[in-house]
Amino acid sequence: MITLNDFLMVSVVLFCIGLYIILAKRNAIQVLIGIELMLNAAILNLVAFGRFDRANNAGQVFALFAIVLAAATTAVALAIVLNVYRRYKTIDPDQINQLKD
Amino acid sequence: MIKVFFYLMAFITLASALVVAAGKNLVRSLFMFFVTLFGLAGLYVLALADFVAVTQIVIYVGGILVLILFAFMLSGKEALNKVSVQADGFISLKNAPALLLAGLFLVIMFNVVFKAQADNLPWVQAAISNQNIMPVNGTGINHIGVNLMTRYLLPFEVISILLMLALVGAAHLSRKPKEDEV
Repeated sequence: MITLNDFLMVSVVLFCIGLYIILAKRNAIQVLIGIELMLNAAILNLVAFGRFDRANNAGQVFALFAIVLAAATTAVALAIVLNVYRRYKTIDPDQINQLKD
Repeated sequence: MIKVFFYLMAFITLASALVVAAGKNLVRSLFMFFVTLFGLAGLYVLALADFVAVTQIVIYVGGILVLILFAFMLSGKEALNKVSVQADGFISLKNAPALLLAGLFLVIMFNVVFKAQADNLPWVQAAISNQNIMPVNGTGINHIGVNLMTRYLLPFEVISILLMLALVGAAHLSRKPKEDEV
């Protein structure tokens, strides 16, 4: 049987890869992919622990909620990215450094 | 046998995630992200959460990835050219701080995982002794449906309203600006 530790280690590595992508990439869409990777690592933890809760299904149900939340986040973030691109003609997060027009 | 599948899925997931991190070509990294999501769905199946795995494929691969691809294509050719010019390898001086931070965080998290001894947690042991584990024969989905409509009805409704608000907001944000504005 696969132990909980195995799942936890996979999700730790996945989380750190996501963290690296967020910090290193100079493209808003790739930063978004990094955020998705980190969210997926968290969902993997929820699912792995959810195996031990047959009566209430807390882990799996909240994994579903987290997936839906990720979808909502992505939709809004991509709309913002498109607006930023329309205004600044770049999606490099380092170069977008003013809030006013 | 299950162990072999687990290691295969974990390898596919982590290797494709590493390619996403190291790749310079944005389109290629997007398609490797696709592979990562499929590998994660396999891991969910191995954790006896087949419903979550199918939801992952439908929503992430069918929805989010297509959305990201569209945003990438709509954000123009100049962005694409600039990305290819940017030319940063996996290990370069510019990425050293990010690599350092991610590596140190990895060390800390591994320490936490090994110290926590998740398999010996009291409630996990209690669940094992009470037969409170997901059944392998796939009848867990019935429980999910019943629980979603009884015990978790309030979070379910709240999240549906939140999803509607977010989608309306996204549609509002991405509309074409009128000529007299901007």
